[in-house]
Amino acid sequence: MSKKNTVPAAEALGEPVASGGLLHRRAFLAGSAVAAAALPGAAVAAESIGDEAPSWMTVPGITFRPYGDPARAERETARTVLQPYGDLAPGAGVGMTPLQNLEGTITPNGLHFERSHNGRPIIDSERHEFLIHGLVVQPLKFDIEALLRYPMASRLLFIECAGNSFFNSNLFSEPMQVPVGMIHGLISGAEWTGIPLSILLDEAGLDPRGKWILAEGADSAAMSRSIPMEKALDDAIVALYQNGERLRPENGYPMRLVLPGYEGNMSVKWLRRIKVTEGPTHTKDETSKYSDLMPDGMARQFTFRMDVKSTITRPATGLTMRGAGLYQISGLAWSGHGRIARVEVSADGGKSWAEAALDGPVQPMALTRFRLPWSWDGAPAVVQSRATDEKGNTQLRREVWSEQYAAGHLYHCNAIQTWGIASNGEVSNVYI
Amino acid sequence: MSIFDRCTLSTLAVVLLVASPVLAEPGPKLGEPVSAEEVAKWDISIAPDGATLPPGRGDAERGAHVYHQHCRRCHGGGARGGEKFADALAGGIDSLAGDKPVKTIASYWPYATTIFDYVRRAMPYDRPMSLSNDDVYAVTAYLLSLNGIIKDGQVMDADSLPGVKMPNRDGFLLYWPEPN
Repeated sequence: MSKKNTVPAAEALGEPVASGGLLHRRAFLAGSAVAAAALPGAAVAAESIGDEAPSWMTVPGITFRPYGDPARAERETARTVLQPYGDLAPGAGVGMTPLQNLEGTITPNGLHFERSHNGRPIIDSERHEFLIHGLVVQPLKFDIEALLRYPMASRLLFIECAGNSFFNSNLFSEPMQVPVGMIHGLISGAEWTGIPLSILLDEAGLDPRGKWILAEGADSAAMSRSIPMEKALDDAIVALYQNGERLRPENGYPMRLVLPGYEGNMSVKWLRRIKVTEGPTHTKDETSKYSDLMPDGMARQFTFRMDVKSTITRPATGLTMRGAGLYQISGLAWSGHGRIARVEVSADGGKSWAEAALDGPVQPMALTRFRLPWSWDGAPAVVQSRATDEKGNTQLRREVWSEQYAAGHLYHCNAIQTWGIASNGEVSNVYI
Repeated sequence: MSIFDRCTLSTLAVVLLVASPVLAEPGPKLGEPVSAEEVAKWDISIAPDGATLPPGRGDAERGAHVYHQHCRRCHGGGARGGEKFADALAGGIDSLAGDKPVKTIASYWPYATTIFDYVRRAMPYDRPMSLSNDDVYAVTAYLLSLNGIIKDGQVMDADSLPGVKMPNRDGFLLYWPEPN
């Protein structure tokens, strides 16, 4: 299996492509090209070991650089950008994580998904201030220099947009044939480091009437969300670091909220203000958006927690199987309710299931990588994964998930993902 | 801070110490006290009670001009949205339980205060925070009147706006606290 439009793996490896051990002709050509490149003219003495070495071993490497980039050949491992309003609002949209090209559970900072409502603000971190006010004993403001002195903690956590997997939601009655990263790439995993919000709220002194907070960003949408005080005091983080370095601008530099397990929209980026309030503020993004309309016309509001979910990322759309044989199925599972307890995999469209191995340690509200060896016989197959979390929540078939909501509903889609594998190795998105 | 508050806070802190070990370490207390006057400049959010609504006023007639100048290009004539437009802001009342629900301010938004809050902070898209408070009241009045939620000449201000009952006010089921 490899990325589309690259040399087929079997050919590159020189594996048989026909009976009798015949190799593909290009396997030989590729080999001679490498040998030719390794011969820097006649300058290298005959019989030196450089004759047999790849060219990059016979010349000095490039000198050091202050900040590294991915390998040049990996440039296509990039976010997919969608701008639903086009030129009317170019900063309203998403950059989606290319799950089909990634492994493990940590999303590189340059590939962490982005959802922004009016672009990525360029914030002067020396002038940025953060205010806590409302139902507090003493309103306080903090600059970044001060916040960097506060006690911090690090946690591996997923952040998932409430609109993740919208391509499988009620918006699309037919399955979209796009790479898995475009279907499910509004999820990423990172190590977030920051100050427990409870420390800062405690410093301002909470009035017992304060049951909610309003968090507001310093972007040009001044994106704001109400958050229950219970969550704010339990495990909310004012994050300053992402995978060890200061936050990326598109992920909230210089500071953002991170609310473990809750819909990503509430982990307000570019955090500038927290107001302690008695009730929710009912902002645009918790009423008209990020609420869940049901078939009877009523809508669920404040469905904060992201439910248990999984998807196989290899094989998946955006990748192609390269013939029958032994493969490792690999995928991601997560739950806003806690730890993943188990992931089952089916290769027959859900008739039978086998339990996958989980890469450990399995952490609550973090991405969990699951794996299962698969001997593919080359016949058409229908593969699925189904995650169950430690609270016993599990995933529903898409049809069952879909019936809970109104036509066109897109949020909180955690239905089972089905991939159809054709005998030619092509992978398609399937609704069952 | 009263003694009662201190007791509540320390009790809370003890509970959290048990529940959340990250609180074990105290902060350096570097927060800078802020006056009520300064807080007021930051506090742009408007809850349904309207307590933070600013002075100013506007009606639909003036709001139609504001809409034409600042909103129409994206949201379309009559705020109906469209293929190449941003979200529709009008219409869709009573459509939510049907086959093609249309979610607009009129059909879906539960509070009129949210219109003022959102328009003032985030619209127009290319020049957020540029409208005067009078203009925001006026365009809010225009959108409400366009949808038949208020009468044409009705003035929107800090007193009247929180009293507007939106058609879908009772259309939401609160999922906090979380159902078991």
